[in-house]
Amino acid sequence: MKTAICSQGNRLESHLDERFGRCSHFVIYDQISGGIEFLPNPGKEAEEGAGPAAVQFLASRGVRKIVSGEFGLKIKPLLDSLKIQMIILKNSGKTVQQVIDMLNQI
Amino acid sequence: MSPRPVRSRKVSNPPVISGFRPYGGNRKEKGQVFLQYEEYEAIRLCDHEQMKHHEAASAMGVSRPTLTRIYARARQKIAGAFVEGKQIIIEGGKVHFDSEWYACSSCGCHFNHPEKHEIIYTCPLCGSKQVSKNDELNENSHL
Repeated sequence: MKTAICSQGNRLESHLDERFGRCSHFVIYDQISGGIEFLPNPGKEAEEGAGPAAVQFLASRGVRKIVSGEFGLKIKPLLDSLKIQMIILKNSGKTVQQVIDMLNQI
Repeated sequence: MSPRPVRSRKVSNPPVISGFRPYGGNRKEKGQVFLQYEEYEAIRLCDHEQMKHHEAASAMGVSRPTLTRIYARARQKIAGAFVEGKQIIIEGGKVHFDSEWYACSSCGCHFNHPEKHEIIYTCPLCGSKQVSKNDELNENSHL
């Protein structure tokens, strides 16, 4: 089961990004193997359509859950049809490491 | 010029059955009609929930004229199946199944749940059992 986390940087101490489509990096965490992958967001500087592009990008990597501070208007229908779960953590100030620790507790 | 792409229709309750089969009469196979999910949803909202067309349209995320067209097509297909004794098969259409929002009071996160058939007990983030449906977000249609 892979989970994507929107991060402000490419380190485990980086904070969770409040945006989904225009976050700096996606952290893809594989709960089964424990592997952590940092991917720069290709749509960060896009003029428009950053959110849907990010959905495609993550769906092609087999992500089943996405953790972010917020999601845009167009994202929910796309993720619903792909059966990807959205998790919103608003103003938490949590780091990527803390989120991964929380996921590991389950 | 190419036509505008079809907007995905929001279906909040997927049908519990996948179709209807006629009985009695001459049982020779008469063929089938394919009722799309969006047409099923239009019938459900307009006739079962007795919503007005404009209410049903906003529930499905399409314009009122589009909803009326989907609804008219649904009625025509169902009437055709009744009169000609055809099977009705519910499938296809450009739809997405809407999911509902939940909140976890332990870690303060909000999450949705795309697999409607499974009942949710634990938070997907922290694993606590203090989850509840978040009606405020569910009514706020954009999120």
